[in-house]
Amino acid sequence: MKTVSYKSVVWQQFKRNRLALAGLVFVLCLVGIALLAPWLSPYSPTEYDLSSILLPPSTHHFLGTDEEGRDVLSRMIHGSRISLSVGFVAVSIYVSIGILLGALAGYFGGLIDIVISRLTEVMLCFPTFFLILTVLAFIGPSLYNIMIVIGITGWTGIARLVRGEFLKLRHQDFVTAAEATGASSLRLIFFHILPNSLAPVLVSATFGISSAILVESSLSFLGFGVQPPTASWGEILSQSRDFIDIAWWLTFFPGLAIFMTITAYNLVGEGLRDAIDPRLKV
Amino acid sequence: MFPYLFKRLLLIIPTFFGITLITFLIIQLAPGNPVSLKIQQLGGEGIRSETISKEVIEQTKKLYGLDKPLGVQYVLWVKKIVTLDFGDSYKDHRPVIKKIGEALPITLTLNIVSILIIYLVAIPLGLFSATRPNSRIDQLTTLFFFILYSLPAFWVAMLLIMFLGGGEYLDLFPVVGILSRGSEQLSFFGKIGNMLWHLVLPVTALTVGGFAFMARFWRAQVLEVIRQDYIRTARAKGLPERIVVWKHAVRNALIPMVTLMGSLLPAMIGGSVIVEQIFTIPGMGKLGFEAVLSRDYPTVMALAAIEALLTLVGILLSDLLYVAIDPRISFEGKA
Repeated sequence: MKTVSYKSVVWQQFKRNRLALAGLVFVLCLVGIALLAPWLSPYSPTEYDLSSILLPPSTHHFLGTDEEGRDVLSRMIHGSRISLSVGFVAVSIYVSIGILLGALAGYFGGLIDIVISRLTEVMLCFPTFFLILTVLAFIGPSLYNIMIVIGITGWTGIARLVRGEFLKLRHQDFVTAAEATGASSLRLIFFHILPNSLAPVLVSATFGISSAILVESSLSFLGFGVQPPTASWGEILSQSRDFIDIAWWLTFFPGLAIFMTITAYNLVGEGLRDAIDPRLKV
Repeated sequence: MFPYLFKRLLLIIPTFFGITLITFLIIQLAPGNPVSLKIQQLGGEGIRSETISKEVIEQTKKLYGLDKPLGVQYVLWVKKIVTLDFGDSYKDHRPVIKKIGEALPITLTLNIVSILIIYLVAIPLGLFSATRPNSRIDQLTTLFFFILYSLPAFWVAMLLIMFLGGGEYLDLFPVVGILSRGSEQLSFFGKIGNMLWHLVLPVTALTVGGFAFMARFWRAQVLEVIRQDYIRTARAKGLPERIVVWKHAVRNALIPMVTLMGSLLPAMIGGSVIVEQIFTIPGMGKLGFEAVLSRDYPTVMALAAIEALLTLVGILLSDLLYVAIDPRISFEGKA
């Protein structure tokens, strides 16, 4: 009999969902574009060309130019780096915090659990977007600050998820068996229980990336994101506000990029969720 | 029920202090302060910043109470807000409570109208799709919700302005503020009409994402309920499908929808920052945005406090609604 690994079962299930597969392909293409940005973009994303201001899309500038004559396509290709890296780094930060706190609470229980659970409840009540805005306004807007702030405020969902998984797995036979062989708490947490509770975390993190990208573009739109002349999708949209009546391409394309990226991540998230456990709700 | 409520109310205390203390620390420990900002402003009026003596700085600090240690400042702030005294705005020296009094009703109107529309659209559409599971039309509506769900609100807002708010395309709706200039002369109903006309685009931008989220959530709820044994029983005893759906399924599926409302309001108020900013609506979001930009300490603190309270009230409200509409749940076990 052939043994089938859990991963390959999930992958088989995931492959059947064509939309999710399309989302995955889109995300992979985007990663490729972000990595190869300097070679792919036809023009410089920051150099001014005052002889070609606000040109509509044409064969020279596929997506038109902005008010300083910069090629929108090139700026968007470079902007993909911002969106992807914010999504990835911010979510990595809060997944780490969430896993650590959730694991501690679920594994040790008792007082540690009470303290961490209360902390989570308090954090859940935070008006997060306003808090992020305040932090960035006072400490200063930058890409790193955005990643850190989203990372520090976003961990509650993951912590609750991991805590629940740990409560469920803590007294299963394989854990007791490992404990009986003399495995330390650290070993039990990181080598036995955690690997078995990562599936829902992965799903939640995928959705988290799409919402982090949305938050980053909203912040850049409000002027709290990366500072000009660095290009990001939200920042191009923000600049387009002054030319909304005359230059539709400045509003349309960056917004479309944000929308499609978010959609792609959500599709992958849904596909993963269904593949891992159709009844699971994250 | 009372022990549970008491526990909930107790939770309000650490949450409230947690939020306000963190906000306080962020704005106090951040580089730059209102004193240096004031000095910059003075510099703009012709006085070189170097010529400002230490004395002036100390006087300004004293005036705003910024010379005391941080802990003392925070305690003083808490003492004052107990009497609803949020201090005066650094920006225009008006009492903060007055500014909030003007902004809060606008934001509440905007968001309550949005929530009503979200529910009124999401419930029939979600039900329509859930009662025809996996049919072609269900797949189409699910995809449609999914697409709407991923639309960024600010992009929707800008597309609406572009296509419906003047410029090259249609000019159907106003895109600035909530009342036209000169609307003071309108009758009461005229004013309401004028306001609704102004609200069309911002409310559309605010509802698109929320409505899709709600419709998806609601569809999943109905599908979950329809799978239950009591629905099979209802069908087995020969009830017409209309009664099975409306009386047995919908009522049970509605429960989480009602409780969701409590947490939706604070979330939406937080999220309306961008929409208020785009449409220049003088609500809480715009007030907050301008306050953080100009380092208006008292206003930022007051907004943090009020947002925190609204969130907590929302959560408490959903707990109460939960018990009110679902007789199976009581607080006894939870307490």
